[in-house]
Amino acid sequence: MAEMIEINQVEKHYGAFRALGPVSAGIAEGEFFSLLGPSGCGKTTLLRLIGGFDEPTVGSISIAGMDMSGKPANMRPTNMVFQSYAIFPHLNVSENVAYGLKRLRLGREEERRRVDQALSQVELSGLGPRMGNQLSGGQRQRVALARALVMRPKVLLLDEPLSALDKKLREQMQVELRHLQRQIGITFVLVTHDQYEALAMSDRIAVMFGGEISQIATPKDIYQSPLSRQVADFLGGMNFLTAGNIATAGEQFSADIPGIGKVTGKLAAGTDTSTAPVIGIRPERLRIVWEGESADPVISGKVADRHYFGEVTNLAVEIEGQEKRLSVVETNDFGADDIPIGSPVRLTYDKDAFVYMPN
Amino acid sequence: MSGNEGNPLPAMTGRTAGRWLRSDSGQGWLTISPPFVYALLLLAGPILVIIANSFWSQDYLTIDHTFTLKNYREALTEPIYRDLLFRSLFVSVIVSIVTVVLAYPVAWFVSFHGGKYKGIWLFVITVPFWSGYLLRILSWKVILGYNGVLNTGLQYLSIISEPLSSLLYNVNAVIITLAHSWAAFAILPLFVSLEKVDRTLLEAASDLGDGPIRGFLRVTLPLTMPGIIAALMIVMIPTVGDYVTPKLVGGKDGVMIANAIQVQFGKAANWPLGAALAVSTMVIVGMVAGAMVLLLLGLKRLVK
Repeated sequence: MAEMIEINQVEKHYGAFRALGPVSAGIAEGEFFSLLGPSGCGKTTLLRLIGGFDEPTVGSISIAGMDMSGKPANMRPTNMVFQSYAIFPHLNVSENVAYGLKRLRLGREEERRRVDQALSQVELSGLGPRMGNQLSGGQRQRVALARALVMRPKVLLLDEPLSALDKKLREQMQVELRHLQRQIGITFVLVTHDQYEALAMSDRIAVMFGGEISQIATPKDIYQSPLSRQVADFLGGMNFLTAGNIATAGEQFSADIPGIGKVTGKLAAGTDTSTAPVIGIRPERLRIVWEGESADPVISGKVADRHYFGEVTNLAVEIEGQEKRLSVVETNDFGADDIPIGSPVRLTYDKDAFVYMPN
Repeated sequence: MSGNEGNPLPAMTGRTAGRWLRSDSGQGWLTISPPFVYALLLLAGPILVIIANSFWSQDYLTIDHTFTLKNYREALTEPIYRDLLFRSLFVSVIVSIVTVVLAYPVAWFVSFHGGKYKGIWLFVITVPFWSGYLLRILSWKVILGYNGVLNTGLQYLSIISEPLSSLLYNVNAVIITLAHSWAAFAILPLFVSLEKVDRTLLEAASDLGDGPIRGFLRVTLPLTMPGIIAALMIVMIPTVGDYVTPKLVGGKDGVMIANAIQVQFGKAANWPLGAALAVSTMVIVGMVAGAMVLLLLGLKRLVK
């Protein structure tokens, strides 16, 4: 696939403060690409640079092979779904969607056909005459989406488009957006601080901290093979363990972990072994060994706390030699939600479950 | 309870009155009653007196209280009053349009590019208004006069060889002076409505292909229409009734309807005719203002 967007050593300064960069990345044509990170990490700044709402202080961005330096938003083949949706309150839904088409002078028939098509794509057919300021949050989000899609952009930019919606609607829109993106096949760049949103929707994710990109990878690689402690910590839970004798050999690492024993694992491709490492295990990779079951290896511990989450229970397990309690996520099928606090518990894990990360 | 005379209190016993006073609507009426009474006495009262006067007639030194329409007949058919009213409306409409057209860029600049100095900019705009109204009009006399600042300036630049006498004592002088006098009153409502425009909407317009000018015409302008209408009305309605400015800088061509009304209440001592002229002016200004609002709202709907 050809690169649709090339971000080349881009930096953005505000006075003496460097808000972003330097960052470099390539986004492929037809890709669903997410910028994920905590607030203030520069993800929205980067999206605004791609959209042409701000100019980079250093570096360049090209879209579809064309250098975008000096081109404002109205000269770029991108369209944006704003976080606040920015629906024009003085226009109705149809006029909002037709806003960008007016300039193209398509003729009344063609314009109407495209507006209707865009509205049906986002399942808002029949809502055309409703005024912009009389819409619910979900409807505003769909109008913003239709208004951008109707322009047939090469790249659709989405600035936290789902953050204003309630959980149920948000999850439904995640599925719909992903489906829509596959159907029309244009490049989506999504900014989000919600790790599950990024994992569920993206082809690839760029995790950002402090104005820089920490890692770009597929959702599965980001989750299973985080290349830094920061990335692992931001995406899902991770038990960081007290460990000694951490050693690497080729693609393998080994470590002695008090209370667990000697563990080995595979280094993720691209792991930086030059700095001090930390060993971790995801909470769901630890499983309870129930009465009468046998397992190897086994960790013995004591349940210190328990939190019920409906489909799963989160247990905090104390084991000897580890300062911090281990977090264990167990499904409730076998009664993890009924384990008394203070009772002894045995845990087991898969051999490849440990992760080596630069600290 | 002393401030409660203006309330349309229904007849009720002491107990239900007490309960009504504790209710939301009772509390509301009670809260607004002082300004309500004030407004009733000082605004509605004089207007009622004027309206009553307009249906009476002057009988040499006394007022004849029998109902008559002859004042209105005179006010509306006498050519001099018709001309004056017409000129007053023309001047006020032109003044309000000129003022708003000049005030809009100022308000836009302060709102969009004022940054952290917005407060200071607004403060600076109000500075000329610390001097008296008369002083400001008289200073325009100094600027526009035969040996005034403008004429000497133009002569110095060799643009004209002799001072222009057409600057002062005519309708133009009235329009220039009034437009300046009312500038701040137009800038403030425009500024408020510009402040309310969500800047993301302008980014959205840009994202959808509009350059700065098209974005302004399609988003900023229609969204600030309430401010434009407010500014137009705030300038237009009082300027119709202004009589000081035409008297000082208008000469004989700049006389407006308010000067005629003033004469009827003063030297001519014909209050009923003056009142009929005032009421007619009020009604006609109201209709012109209403027509202007409808026209602007119609224009706004045309923008898509």
